[in-house]
Amino acid sequence: MVILETKELTYRYGVGTPLEQVAVDNVSISIRRGEFLGVIGHTGSGKSTLIQQLNGLMRPTSGQVLLNGNDIWAEPKKIRAVRFQVGLVFQYPEYQLFEETVFRDICFGPRNMGLSEEEIKERALGAAEFVGLRPELLEKSPFELSGGEKRRAAIAGVVAMDPEVLILDEPAAGLDPQGRDQLLDQIRSYHQKRGNTVLLVSHSMEDIARVADRALVMNRGKAAMLDTVQQVFSRRSELEHMGLRVPQITKIMSLLRAKGYPVSEGALTVDEALRDLLPLLRKRGCVR
Amino acid sequence: MEYLKAEHVSFFYDAAEEGEQAQQVLRDVSMEIGKGEFVALLGHNGSGKSTMAKHFNAMLLPSGGRVYVDKMDTMDENLKYEIRRRVGLVLQNPDNQLVASIVEEDVAFGPENLGVPPAEIRRRVDAALETVGMSEYASHSAHKLSGGQKQRVAIAGIIAMEPDCIVLDEPTAMLDPRGRTEVMETIRRLNREHGITVVLITHYMDEAVQADRVIVMDSGEILLEGAPREVFSHVELLRQHSLDVPQATELLYRLGKAGCTVPEGVLNEEECVAALELLLNE
Amino acid sequence: MIRDITLGQYFPGKSLVHRMDARVKIVLTFVFIIFIFIANNLPAMLLMVGMVLCAMLLSGISVRQYLKSLKAVIIVVALTSVLNLFYGSGDILVQWGFLTIRTGGVINCIFIAVRIISLILFSSVLTFTTSPTDLTDALERIMKPLKVFHVKVHEIAMMMTIALRFVPTLLEETDKIMSAQKARGADMESGGAIQRAKALIPILIPLFVSSFRRAYELAMAMECRCYRGGEGRTKMKSLHMTALDGWAVAISSAACVGVALCVALLPSLF
Repeated sequence: MVILETKELTYRYGVGTPLEQVAVDNVSISIRRGEFLGVIGHTGSGKSTLIQQLNGLMRPTSGQVLLNGNDIWAEPKKIRAVRFQVGLVFQYPEYQLFEETVFRDICFGPRNMGLSEEEIKERALGAAEFVGLRPELLEKSPFELSGGEKRRAAIAGVVAMDPEVLILDEPAAGLDPQGRDQLLDQIRSYHQKRGNTVLLVSHSMEDIARVADRALVMNRGKAAMLDTVQQVFSRRSELEHMGLRVPQITKIMSLLRAKGYPVSEGALTVDEALRDLLPLLRKRGCVR
Repeated sequence: MEYLKAEHVSFFYDAAEEGEQAQQVLRDVSMEIGKGEFVALLGHNGSGKSTMAKHFNAMLLPSGGRVYVDKMDTMDENLKYEIRRRVGLVLQNPDNQLVASIVEEDVAFGPENLGVPPAEIRRRVDAALETVGMSEYASHSAHKLSGGQKQRVAIAGIIAMEPDCIVLDEPTAMLDPRGRTEVMETIRRLNREHGITVVLITHYMDEAVQADRVIVMDSGEILLEGAPREVFSHVELLRQHSLDVPQATELLYRLGKAGCTVPEGVLNEEECVAALELLLNE
Repeated sequence: MIRDITLGQYFPGKSLVHRMDARVKIVLTFVFIIFIFIANNLPAMLLMVGMVLCAMLLSGISVRQYLKSLKAVIIVVALTSVLNLFYGSGDILVQWGFLTIRTGGVINCIFIAVRIISLILFSSVLTFTTSPTDLTDALERIMKPLKVFHVKVHEIAMMMTIALRFVPTLLEETDKIMSAQKARGADMESGGAIQRAKALIPILIPLFVSSFRRAYELAMAMECRCYRGGEGRTKMKSLHMTALDGWAVAISSAACVGVALCVALLPSLF
């Protein structure tokens, strides 16, 4: 089942000026309900422009964005409703915190939706739990929190709107390995528990390998690949040509395979690599 | 010969409110960094690595112990500017350390503060921009550059003061992979071709791997210290402290635990593939 | 979009106007602006308009950029000139209720519009062709005599340098914060004045917080780069006056004398 779809989507900056530039070029993709999609591409590949069109923050120059089969720009006055259904967490979202308390900040989105006070409270508490914010932090000022906690609070602000599709732009940017691992695990478990569709934009192929089911690769405004993460990562030379690096483990296994060893293409984690290697080594008797 | 020397340094942040405990960020840290060395300080947020960095150019002064820069005590107020000229500090956010709107004018800011004659400033600015590969952007607006380019301009601004040593406090944390590569290449070139001592503060293990020596910090103390191969062979310990280990290292480490005889301290793909081939051909 | 604002922007180049000494440019701009308001008849005004067009042409910057800088203030121009339409004496042209438009009003309206537009264009030529550092350096030099009165000239100039440096950064940040709040359903387009003002809070607070953070980090970066005030500081680019500046001053003086003569000898339109 398709939840979000783009049809010949194109976005141009500075139309009518000499600086006219195509940011998104004729992109037609389908995002499935309930999937965890990784979006890869380096700066300037058009991925940021693409995701801002998916929730109606930017209006396409041409082409369509269909949410549950309906063109989101059919009635421009109702575009705000689309933003509640397709939640977008920007990069460094902690810079958007503004309320007196963390709790009130998380309530900002649900309140804009015009929900009842009870419902708002319930959703905010639920969202805080989903992102792993300890309850005692909720009555603090958001500016007293640590960097990682601020990031969680900001993400909770979008999760609280209970969007059908949650898009996160580089949610782990600038966090240390510990903070990154915790956050990615939290997002993964949110996806599993709610069963919502999640799009995660990341520069880190390791992060995509860890959490996503499918991956979309953007290159020069075009959707270059859209397939399972394994399939995408097995096209290593094409990715490297676009300036994207596959995880080290994927490369190691791919090099082994090229030398004729019977290991599968597109290993994503050390565990997967071991699953291939251990039986081979056992046969040779060098594993106990 | 050591250039930077920290002797039993401890550091407390002042308690913000009454009744609050003063927080200890550094606990009895001692380290020496030699002239021309490239050292990475690895650790996660709150490990004290950034606090340590700010001690090397007298931006912070130790609560206990001493820090010496080329034998000059950072506690000596009279030496403050001489120390800051010799040890340049590059910060994390490239946007917030550029002072002037135009690239070359920003690079000139340091030497101007030092009272260098105009013709000499011009020479230094041109040379510094050349070193970081930003000459063609000399008259561009700083805010229109990419993150990696801005960070290289920030580095040029430090080089123009002709320092002996550069301390970089997570210079790549806010950059995309391309920007990170640009900055890392620039740092390596400064160290190799210009003999500048480099202290790189980072939480990315793939950057730490490129250094001559890695010092791992945790909770304000030194956890591990040594050449990258040595340090990253402590897979278990690093994992316990939630630090990344190269996947190549981890793979071989786990094969080793399964009973294979594997070489220690493998860091890159080629070495790992060679080691695996050896195993598979036995 | 907010990023389109060109006011205070600098376009690097090598045109005649670019090569002039910044001090001369500032003084001439100031003098021209005074003369725009002195000019009170057609020949005088035409002379000033001619000077504006000349300056724009010699700057080598496309007319489009100048038009963009006008776009930002077009409402101010329209409002003031329309208000002036109802003042002034002369024959009645239109009478509508208590509003009367007389010939004097029409002349007023046109003159005000031309004056404000010329003022904007003159200042645009200055900021488009002068790098922010040159601009502040020049101001620092021009204001130097004020040091006698304990005016902190260097500090003021440094503040201006930093302000000019961070204007584009903060505009970009405003854009980003607005998008982020809109993504959380913030409604900035509808509602009355009070509601709209309230809708600004989610944008202004993050902007303030981030400005403070930036200021703190910038101060630290400046200290790392040995900044310690204006004492003992040198400048990479020293300002030099050349023959070009001489010519500019000569031609501009001639134009100003021309305007003065027109004003003195010909009848005023007011």
